[in-house]
Amino acid sequence: MASVQAVKTAPGPPGARRWLSGFRERETWVAYAFLFPWIFGFLVLTLGPMLFSLYYSFTDYGIQQIAGVEQTHTVGLENYRQLLDDPKIALTLKNTFIYTVMMVPGTIVVALGLALLLKRAGRFAGFFRTIFYLPQITPPVAVGVLVLYLFNGQIGIVNKGLSLIGIQGPYWTADPSWIKPTLAIMDVWACGGTMVILLAALYGVPQHLYEAAAMDGASAWRRFKDVTLPMISPALFFCFIILTIAALNSFAQAYTAFFGTGSAGAGQGNEAALFYAIYLFQQAFRYFDMGFASAMAWLLFAITMVVTLVNVLVSRRFVFYQGSAR
Amino acid sequence: MTAGGQENQPPAIAAGAGPRGLPQVLRGGWGRMPQPSAKDIPFIALLLGLSVLFIYPFLWLISASFKPRGQTFDNALIPHDWHWNYTGPKHPSPDPQYLFNVGPVGDWMWNSIWISLLGGILVTFSSAMVAFAFAYFRFPLRNLLFAILLGTLMLPPQVTMIPVYLLWNHIGKFTIEHSWLPHIGTGTQYPLWVPNLFGSAFYIFLQRQFFMGIPRDYFEAARMDGDSYWTMFWRIAVPLAKPALIVTFIFEVQAKWFDLLNPLIYLRDEVTFTAPLGLKTLVDRFNATGGGVGDFQVIMAGTVLIVLPMLLLFALFQKYFIQGISTQGRKG
Repeated sequence: MASVQAVKTAPGPPGARRWLSGFRERETWVAYAFLFPWIFGFLVLTLGPMLFSLYYSFTDYGIQQIAGVEQTHTVGLENYRQLLDDPKIALTLKNTFIYTVMMVPGTIVVALGLALLLKRAGRFAGFFRTIFYLPQITPPVAVGVLVLYLFNGQIGIVNKGLSLIGIQGPYWTADPSWIKPTLAIMDVWACGGTMVILLAALYGVPQHLYEAAAMDGASAWRRFKDVTLPMISPALFFCFIILTIAALNSFAQAYTAFFGTGSAGAGQGNEAALFYAIYLFQQAFRYFDMGFASAMAWLLFAITMVVTLVNVLVSRRFVFYQGSAR
Repeated sequence: MTAGGQENQPPAIAAGAGPRGLPQVLRGGWGRMPQPSAKDIPFIALLLGLSVLFIYPFLWLISASFKPRGQTFDNALIPHDWHWNYTGPKHPSPDPQYLFNVGPVGDWMWNSIWISLLGGILVTFSSAMVAFAFAYFRFPLRNLLFAILLGTLMLPPQVTMIPVYLLWNHIGKFTIEHSWLPHIGTGTQYPLWVPNLFGSAFYIFLQRQFFMGIPRDYFEAARMDGDSYWTMFWRIAVPLAKPALIVTFIFEVQAKWFDLLNPLIYLRDEVTFTAPLGLKTLVDRFNATGGGVGDFQVIMAGTVLIVLPMLLLFALFQKYFIQGISTQGRKG
């Protein structure tokens, strides 16, 4: 990331000598005292758990081991082979993928549309921005409840509304092929954060570029395509990555609406909403299959890395950073 | 300049971090509401139409929470019959239930409130210490440590979730074996807020940007006066970075208020539940598939209860929500 390079190194003698002499300075020790909370937390709550998680992913660690009645056995790559063998893994990956490719572009397009409208609304923008932002501060559990009842196929107001304009709405929350679009629609509804980021980016586009484009006789569409989009592409890219990671980890809405203890519908319909993060949670904390769940977590880590890497590589072609050589 | 002397803080500091230079719409607040001119009318109409889509679910929800059982889903915006579903006499099960009778709802709300506030305060100040160290001090390994910090932002929480749970489980067993210790571990609320003592990478990154906007002269002057490093942090850096600290605080309060996963993992006893887990419990119990007799009005009332504090927080701190989000995107 760019900000790493932004950190300027202190002047002084070069290399290892400076490095060592640094520890003789009082300031260094004070700095490390200030850093202590994070360093401790990093070692105990991040690095240590990462190593343990890696270890568990090669073991049969489970409920017997937690209770201390059985030894932990290393099982080699067994858990990773199970990732291939378990048909639910392929299912959850498919569900998560379908949901992600609906939710991320949907959110960005709607958020960009709203941001463009807000920019033109001028003096009234503040009022409408507040309204558009409200869904963003709605707790995911509440969104899950709204999914269940607003989109209910028989009594939900969404289908009532659609029937007013002559459309017979689907059984959003019961029909397996409509569950993921429904969840994605609710996420698009909560696009306020993305909208504000993009709005800030829109205000960052220098006005003289539009004036120059207008002088050259560029149409509104050309101004949008050739001035606005390139200039806000860093913000678009940022939103794209953040939203993708959020989609891959999506849990609370779908879990509230379609899973739970005592839920009689724990079978059929829910499989359509079984996201990877939900299945991981179930394996770890419902069946206490910690070894397998750890392997699942590392697969998620690998997927996150690959997706981000691909995003970065693709973005090299499309994202325009002001003042950079590209 | 003495430690306490921030009377004459220059506006340049705030501008360096963003907010002052922003247009009204990104600064928060509604601004002036002038008469619309003829040119504005189509836009205003379109925006009003869209606003309905964004705000109607809230109106629907609040309205549904005031309807008697059986009318919850009649979709009337104004209830035909008003009914207070929140508090009331205890009935045996077939009769309509009231929200505060079906579970320790007051406990759930209070748990979420104190965990959110405590977690917000703790993470704000622990992150500020670390951010200050990265922004002000020059020390060996700084770039490496900062790179590691940024790297942890990419780590899915699932990777550390299981070992951290097992760690808390061990701590729990240990505190039970040594009965003179307070019981800390899984099944208690400690795992929900204790990690906030150790800072959080995202907030550290956010605050560091802000601390770097404070002119170094301030700290040099304080050093001339013989102030300690702690005084420099507490009396100069923290007051000047207040906007960034408030952003951290409200973001973390929101995150804690939203969190369902961690309470699901760690809490077992209903009295210790947080509001999201409490609402999830109600959904499981009273939803049609939960085998209940359809006390949906209880779920609606519970949902209103969990949404309202966030609306209040947003009303009070709207400026910081918007500024916090809009400055976030620029880091790219």
